[in-house]
Amino acid sequence: MSSKVYGLMAEFSTPGDLLRAAEKLRANGYAKWEPFTPLPIHGLDKVMGYKNSHVGWVALAGGAFMFLNVAFLVWFTNAFEYPIMVGGKPLFSPPMTFVPSYIMMIMGGAFGALLGMLGINQLPRLHNPLFAKKRFEGVTCDKFIIVVGANDGKFCPDGTKKFLESLGAQNVEIVEDQE
Amino acid sequence: MSEIANIEELKKLAPPAELRRAPVVEGNQGLSWLTDKLSAFAEAKVPVWWKIAFVPAAFAATVIFPVCLFYQVFTGVGVWGNNHPNMWGWDIVNFIWWVGVAHAGTLISAMLFLTRQHWRTTIGRMAEAMTVFSVMMAGLYPAIHVGRAWFDWFMFPVPTSNGNWPQFKSPLMWDVFAVNTYLMVSSLFFFMGMIPDFAVLRDRSKTRVRKTIFSILAMGWTGSAWQWHNYEKAYVVLCGLCTLLVFTVSSIVGLDFCTAQIAGWHATIFPLYFVIGAVFCGFGMMLCLLTSLRKLCKLEEVITKNHIDKVAKLCLVSGLIINYIYLMEFFIAWYSGDPYERWVFGHRFFGHNYAFFGWMMMLINVLTTQLLWIKKIRANMTVLFFIGVAINFGMWSERMVIVVGSTNQDFLPANWGLYHPTIWDIGLYIGTLGAFFMLYLLFVKFLPVIAISEVKGATPQGDPHHPLGGAQKGGH
Repeated sequence: MSSKVYGLMAEFSTPGDLLRAAEKLRANGYAKWEPFTPLPIHGLDKVMGYKNSHVGWVALAGGAFMFLNVAFLVWFTNAFEYPIMVGGKPLFSPPMTFVPSYIMMIMGGAFGALLGMLGINQLPRLHNPLFAKKRFEGVTCDKFIIVVGANDGKFCPDGTKKFLESLGAQNVEIVEDQE
Repeated sequence: MSEIANIEELKKLAPPAELRRAPVVEGNQGLSWLTDKLSAFAEAKVPVWWKIAFVPAAFAATVIFPVCLFYQVFTGVGVWGNNHPNMWGWDIVNFIWWVGVAHAGTLISAMLFLTRQHWRTTIGRMAEAMTVFSVMMAGLYPAIHVGRAWFDWFMFPVPTSNGNWPQFKSPLMWDVFAVNTYLMVSSLFFFMGMIPDFAVLRDRSKTRVRKTIFSILAMGWTGSAWQWHNYEKAYVVLCGLCTLLVFTVSSIVGLDFCTAQIAGWHATIFPLYFVIGAVFCGFGMMLCLLTSLRKLCKLEEVITKNHIDKVAKLCLVSGLIINYIYLMEFFIAWYSGDPYERWVFGHRFFGHNYAFFGWMMMLINVLTTQLLWIKKIRANMTVLFFIGVAINFGMWSERMVIVVGSTNQDFLPANWGLYHPTIWDIGLYIGTLGAFFMLYLLFVKFLPVIAISEVKGATPQGDPHHPLGGAQKGGH
């Protein structure tokens, strides 16, 4: 069992403090750091520079895939493999495929959204060095935490700690990664 | 000091008291207090009222339900009251009723999210649970009323050597897809909404077993900005898709009826009629659940009277739309000049057989609903509970009027016949009610019953642009 430094964990007590600290960290050229919050913070996406999430595209792909697939299925089953004549209507027409395709588009979109979210967030991930920290449990309660990674180019245990404290952080602690 | 000065300034800018929005959480003492409050019930010992409610529900779900189910499956649909000409009886009445109960849940959790109603965060989770469990009950009925339940797989497009494919031009076939999709999508939505709250319970858990269970369910959720960023997007997408489902599932159930030639069914208004009826019935169930659970789970500060008032108003709105649809339905029956239509609609109130349900439908869905105009009634939890129960019965009666009332006397008097539910019909209905309440009680006790992170987002402490959320003058 060897352990190496994973990063520095700093605690803030309000979302406003966290947002200001995040802005300053970014302005000071830190790159490998991340805020952890009990709720989505309005305006944080912008500070972090996140572009529009790709989850929407995954959901669209899932929905479109199912829509076209079911349209094909209806044609294949009712018009091609075993043609069924109902009420003298055409064997295949786009309107008759619409309802099942549309319903299954919703199913595909929903699976796309959930699986896309999990995939992009790299979940499930049951091991995380941060879980070893007792204080990190506050993040699902009322604490707003910023973790600056040790792999950041500007990271230096003492300097970064002082910088975080100057931003109003409490309990700045070293997080270790047990290997 | 700067914060206090800010609050004073904010008070000056704030609108007068009568125009101010009521807070989402009353007596809010901060995020930590909120976390304690919202997870308290899932962590406390099982209360006595819960046990008292659970035993009969579990008895109905695990004894009455399987007995009625297996007897019907082994013997045949003949054990029910269904017979010529009433091929659809309580099985379909209850199917529509359960689907209906589900709809208001989706409407609250998805549509009110899209319209950014913050108060919905407190009741959204309870509404979603209601949806998931009632769709389960609904899905059961069509599966067994086909008669030979072991051939249910014929309904799915599975390649077989006999080349049996479903016939996709039929709305009954669309129903299979609609109900299954509804169950899947609402379950996914329910589960995804709970992931951050599983993490809350994980971090609060005292025992190892609890910690393990919630760790697995939370899947390693840390609440990082990146995770929230993608989570919020997925949530919006799922809400949009669920909103589509609100309008689709009951429409398709309505199409099952209006494509038939029977007088009383053959009307183009049916898809809309069923959607609104479903939502109205679901709001009735929501009123019952919310008014009782807010007290029993000690959540009065979170599920405030103000929120219940809003649910009651939505109930009133959907009730008024359904009243309008009744009016239109009767008008068109008269205006069509079709003697069979006129016969059926006249007999809804003045027939010998099922007029009771017709009058119940009018008395409850039309008259009782009007009580919700009165502010005092919307503030009285006991009265609202009973109005909710009444609406559920009223909407059940409406489905009875539509399903049985229209089929028992059709075009030829030689075709007339009566429908009486048998003990197996009644038992199965009691069984599904028991199963629903058993699942709901388990949910209330063991899962996060209120969306903790969402409620936090609707409080000033969670808003970085509010003084209580740490905003400073001239900046964030």
